[in-house]
Parts: sequence; C-alpha cells; structure tokens
Amino acid sequence: MNRWLLWAPLALFVLFVGLVALGLFKPDDRQIRSAMVGKALPAFVLPQAASDRPGLSRADLAAGKPRLLNIFASWCVPCAAESPQLIELARSGVPIDGVAIRDARGDVDQFLTRWGNPYQRIGLDARSALQLSLGSSGVPESFVIDGRGVIRYQHIGDIRAEDIALIKQKMAEAAR
Amino acid sequence: MRPLLPLLLIAAPVALVAQTALPPAPYADTQLENPAQEQKARDLMLTIRCVTCQSQSIADSNASMAADLRSEIRTRIKAGEDPEAIRKWLIDRYGDWISYAPSADPILWPLWAAPIVLLLAGGALVASRLKRKGAA
Repeated sequence: MNRWLLWAPLALFVLFVGLVALGLFKPDDRQIRSAMVGKALPAFVLPQAASDRPGLSRADLAAGKPRLLNIFASWCVPCAAESPQLIELARSGVPIDGVAIRDARGDVDQFLTRWGNPYQRIGLDARSALQLSLGSSGVPESFVIDGRGVIRYQHIGDIRAEDIALIKQKMAEAAR
Repeated sequence: MRPLLPLLLIAAPVALVAQTALPPAPYADTQLENPAQEQKARDLMLTIRCVTCQSQSIADSNASMAADLRSEIRTRIKAGEDPEAIRKWLIDRYGDWISYAPSADPILWPLWAAPIVLLLAGGALVASRLKRKGAA
C-alpha cells in the first residue's frame, strides 16, 4: 500500500500538467452566451432610428409569428459585412426588425442607403439599455423571437452565408 | 510634436471608427452627487466584468458598452436600487460570468471547503509524525 502511495504526488503532478495542457490547447471561446434564451423578451419601447422605418417595441415582436431581431450599429464594420445575408433572409420571407445601438438617425440612414435595408422596423437604443437587458455582449447579434415574444435562439457575431440555413431552421422551429 | 503629427493623423480615424461617435451616457464617467451612493456604485462596478474587454472590470474599461453599463448602474443606485439586486439582474442575463464576486453556488462548495480540508490533512500529518517521533 505504502509503495503505491509513493507515486501519488507524481500522479497528481501529471494530472495537473494534463489539465493545464488541455486549457492551453483547447481553442479559445470568448463568446458570452445570453442567459435570456428561452425566456420572455423584456418590455421595451424604442424610438425611430431611421427616417423611413417606424420604431420598435416588445408588442411588435410578439405579434403571433416568429421574427428575427437584429442588433446592429452604423459604426460597426461586421454589421455592414452581414447586410447581404440579412437582405437575402428578408427576400426569402424572414421578417427582420433592427435595433441600432448607440447610433444617430443620420448615420443609420446613411448606413442603410449604402448597404441596403432588410428591416421592417428599427428602434434606436442610444444607451445600450435593451442590449444589456437582452444579455447581448456586442454587435452584431441576432435573436430569433417566437410569436409569443420568447427568445428562442441567439446568434453571436455576423450572420455569414453559411449561417443562413441555420437561421431559417431556427425560425421554422420557433414557428412550431 | 511636429514629427508625431502624421502618426496622430493616421491613428485618429481608426479610433473614431472603432467605437461609436455618440457622446458617453450621462453617468458613464460622472460620479453621483451623493458620495455614499457613488461608493456603492463604485464597489459594484469593480466586481462587474466587462463583456468587451473580458479581463477588466467595467470600472477600468474604456469600451463603450462598459460606459453604458456604468451609467445604467449609477442611474439605478441613484434610484435607490440595491447593488446586489443589480448584480442578480446582470447574472440573470449574462450568467455567473459577469460577476467577479464568487457565489455560494453548490458547484463551488468544494472550492470553499478546500482550505479547511487541506489544513485538517496537514494537521493530521503533523500529528502522526510527532506521535511517531515521541514513540521512538
């Protein structure tokens, strides 16, 4: 028994080194997922962010059918990169509403003229209040909201061409 | 200064594009009028992690999201909200990740117990050694 106990410190050491190595070589994951997925959207009313689209409130998102809530900003470069995918989603029948974070109407108008406008409504969140209450950690982010106003899915970062199928699938799941 | 000017001109637009052009939220960098409330807000902000600069507290971070969260926290403290209630509100949204203050979650019980267990084990080891020496 004692002879085996002699090896215990070495075994512990190897275990420790293994643990450190695992942490070192595992790909870094810095995404902070929202804990709000599966919960009801908080109440909010946001003013108009663009000249030719109405503002956005919780009632607009809990209107019976699933909708995609896209958080973006005119100052955000990945948001511009994401716009062709949003436009394609809108063309294929996905209703998209936007929330412009820390933005100004002139800048949003300019952004939409330049990159296209896939949004039906756009709310202005000048102090990130809605973003914080959604548990969202940056721009762009997209949330699938079902017809009863429950958050069903969170997409962190820009929607790339290869993500479109997944978004459509999550929209279909939310419709069930 | 002269030779630095072109460098500054190159750097300036990058900084402007990287974050928003909007002025910071009212209480992002302004202290509350009531020192006791400001102290409460500050103590909380030092233990809330910034989601943009993930190794900083929001009190230390210059990220615009941290600024907005500082303003949100000060506004809530000013309205009389309890700091721990604000912490809970944030944990409900971002998970335990957002708070630097360790919780008493069951998953952390082994961690809290570790110092006591180690102390007891060390004490037992010393006691057994001393007894053996005493017997010899």
